[in-house]
Amino acid sequence: MNLVSLFITAFLVNNIIFSQFLGVCPFLGVSKKIDTAAGMSVAVIFVITLASIITFIVQKAILDPMQLGYLQTIVFILIIAALVQFVEMFLKKSAPGLYQALGIYLPLITTNCAVLGVAINSIKFDYSFIEAMVYSIGTSGSFMLAIVLFAGVRDKVDNADLPESLKGSAISLIAAGLMSVAFLGFSGLKL
Amino acid sequence: MNKFEIFKNGITKENPILVQQVGMCATLAITTSLLNGIGMGVAVIAVLTGSNIVISALRKFIPDEVRIPAFVIIIAAFTTIIDLLMHAYTFALYQALGVFIPLIVVNCIILARAEAFAFKNGVFDSAIDGLGMGVGYLVAMVLLSSIREILGNGSILGLRILPEAYEPMMMAVQPPGAFILLGLLIGAVNYLSRKKKA
Repeated sequence: MNLVSLFITAFLVNNIIFSQFLGVCPFLGVSKKIDTAAGMSVAVIFVITLASIITFIVQKAILDPMQLGYLQTIVFILIIAALVQFVEMFLKKSAPGLYQALGIYLPLITTNCAVLGVAINSIKFDYSFIEAMVYSIGTSGSFMLAIVLFAGVRDKVDNADLPESLKGSAISLIAAGLMSVAFLGFSGLKL
Repeated sequence: MNKFEIFKNGITKENPILVQQVGMCATLAITTSLLNGIGMGVAVIAVLTGSNIVISALRKFIPDEVRIPAFVIIIAAFTTIIDLLMHAYTFALYQALGVFIPLIVVNCIILARAEAFAFKNGVFDSAIDGLGMGVGYLVAMVLLSSIREILGNGSILGLRILPEAYEPMMMAVQPPGAFILLGLLIGAVNYLSRKKKA
């Protein structure tokens, strides 16, 4: 599969939120304002890409040769948790500005299923290293696309006059459903 | 709180999906048929109850500072057990649920119960809490997946129940249907609980 079509597929066609349902919790939780949504998604792109590089190497260099494939879940989640902690400490020391901006989102990323999902999927789909990179950048980019667009929609939704019972997450989910219809339009895209 | 209250708490007052709204990813993704919903629900009950019991039994030995990594390892161990068991005995279901079985690890409800309940309470109470929360999760999964299967396929557990004249609503089993129907379900639960209070 060529890399451009892999990227487009990951970025638009198989949008991580609207068609794969990974990372829905932060999608609903941190989409109240456009700037926090953007901050969160930059952190997510960074961590997903870094995590897939490391998990890919660990899988191919340690787990596969030693036939420890069944430990994948445990090993990957530990790598991600440690990585997030490490990134947090590193940013705190070396890039305090960025840390200020991303700081509060970083710990949340450990339990973002998108990170583990992308790492597991790139092994499952049998991607090469380069393909895995393109896949994880495309997928995490689609997270940013979805959450930033949705933050804009939500701004309007929160000020709308709604039945009391639908306020909050109920209407957010319905709005997300309508956006998902729009993204369904990409599914016919053949490259 | 007596034992029954702890159990009931997870199903009604603090239902993980319909009230607390955590662990939505798998809920949205795999509820395309009732069988998948039940399978996922049972897997979560097993992991949640198991990890609650072990965490509660070890709560005096786990230092406070490293409790989160310790929880994650215990939860990951149970998830791996379930993953392997499902691979061995229910292969079709295993394929249908796909990546969402290993992703039980990052389902926030499990970590949340470990932190909020199991780490502070006895083994027996924690087991009941895990069971209650798990059953609450299962109930929500069964509700959503039956609605989606009936609307989108006209069937339940693969058996056609609506007349032939019913044109299945494809949207219900596609991604948009998941979001919209879950939104409406949560809206309905809000409506009922507000009515009860008033």
